[in-house]
Amino acid sequence: MTHLQLVDFRSYPSLELTLPPGVVTFVGSNGQGKTNLLEAVGYVATLGSHRVSGDVPLIREGAEHAVIRSRVVRGERAALAEIEILPGRANRVRLNRRQLSRPRELLGLLSVVLFAPEDLQMVKGDPAARRQFLDELLVARSPRLAGVIADYERVLRQRTTLLRARGDLRTLDSWDESLVRHGAELLSARLALVDELRPQIAAAYAAVAGAETSTPVGVDYRCSVPLPEGADREAIADAMLAELATLRPREVERGVTLAGPHRDELVLSVGGRPARGYASHGESWSLALALRLAAFELLGADDRGPVLLLDDVFAELDTHRRRRLAELVAPAEQVLITAAVDADVPAELGGPRFTVRTGEVSLAD
Amino acid sequence: MYEGVVQDLIDELGMLPGIGPKSAQRIAFHILAADPADVRRLAKTLIEVKEKVQFCRICFNVAQAELCRICSDPRRDTTVICVVEESKDVVAVERTREFRGRYHVLGGAINPIGGVGPDDLHIRELIARLADGSVTELILATDPNTEGEVTASYLARQIAPMGLTVSRLASGLPMGGDLEWADEVTLGRAFEGRRTVSP
Repeated sequence: MTHLQLVDFRSYPSLELTLPPGVVTFVGSNGQGKTNLLEAVGYVATLGSHRVSGDVPLIREGAEHAVIRSRVVRGERAALAEIEILPGRANRVRLNRRQLSRPRELLGLLSVVLFAPEDLQMVKGDPAARRQFLDELLVARSPRLAGVIADYERVLRQRTTLLRARGDLRTLDSWDESLVRHGAELLSARLALVDELRPQIAAAYAAVAGAETSTPVGVDYRCSVPLPEGADREAIADAMLAELATLRPREVERGVTLAGPHRDELVLSVGGRPARGYASHGESWSLALALRLAAFELLGADDRGPVLLLDDVFAELDTHRRRRLAELVAPAEQVLITAAVDADVPAELGGPRFTVRTGEVSLAD
Repeated sequence: MYEGVVQDLIDELGMLPGIGPKSAQRIAFHILAADPADVRRLAKTLIEVKEKVQFCRICFNVAQAELCRICSDPRRDTTVICVVEESKDVVAVERTREFRGRYHVLGGAINPIGGVGPDDLHIRELIARLADGSVTELILATDPNTEGEVTASYLARQIAPMGLTVSRLASGLPMGGDLEWADEVTLGRAFEGRRTVSP
């Protein structure tokens, strides 16, 4: 991203920034608006915020809408993306001054990998956080899957409502058919992704933890539906349908959908023990960073050249991991970093340092 | 808040689908400024539509009489039925001038969250229409979304034992478009529903 312009976005009434390639650091105390900048860059990539689920908080108080204008260069080609965030309505998105009929069409223009303090939840938190990690990466690599995931979730809500009503179940077979069709597509995409991620996560973990340890990490997708070895999408669909048939009496009794991608777990382990509950704080951070770095590797291999966003993450790490992370991200095409304290960012990460103070961004001397 | 009847009008308009408070206010003031004859005509039409329009006894399309224009037309093919969710879908299919059969309007789609089950739709009446064996083909033209797909699947399961030809509308790329502008979901569906090209 070479230019970022914000109008009434979060704390910024108006801001214009020129971003060079390589490392760029934004330093400022908490509440000054550093994270808002990375949030805006992330929004261009995903059309969502990593901090809030709704768009209303993104619009500056008192303003009617927010605008994010950005110039994204890939290779020789530059694209101008303009997003108008409208509260309670669909956004208006223009690409190279042409209005897109659906904002979703913007996905794929820019890809980002965001590192944030909340990443620790991917290791220590609920399975939902790890499923979200997988699904976000799937969508970043193949935007079409955003539709599959949305359809799956919609069918799941409908089916669960039907089960909970404990009444007329005549349409349940049809909901099963629909759930299985979308679910098998999502599941097969996740399984293929985990196979690609496994060696990348192991390599990234070794690189982050370095000489400190040689403990092996494990990455296993634990599926709520028993699957035959090497099942393709059709075999997965058959297995899901069979499992739903087996579970039906219990599902009807409890009013929940008990099998499907929404019940699966990505089991991470360090030295043969599950990371969740057993890994130390340091190991957990190494693993969280390894997940993000693996995503960076995969997106880079797809020739998307992701922009790395490091939101206040150095403060969370010890000196050793800080230096390791700095070495690993430095070669990326563009790295945008925020920090409250300048000294937290390792000196190896050169590039311009901006100071952020009450919504003003200026080049530090 | 406005006084009395003006606010009543805004509130009434605001209950219509797709009309928010601001639109309701704009329409209300448009009506206030309009010619009294125009407003009287609008009011008369609103009352007439509720009094005169009924639903076709056979297909549940909107009608001015007991039967709709299509069901009372002897030139229409009685062996084919196109099943749609709403009357407006009949209008959409009619505009194509491709279909010469008759319709069946379900009155919605199966939607547990919205509290719509099979008995809330005109499904029993559809099955009854098929009973005498004169209909040989059924085209399921419900919306290409989750609820429409499930409704089509449910109907297909109900009808399967009757041995008719049942088809579902293809979903795919709009004609006259460029492949590169198609969104991924549409293009993905079009790939799934691809056809063999015979030489």
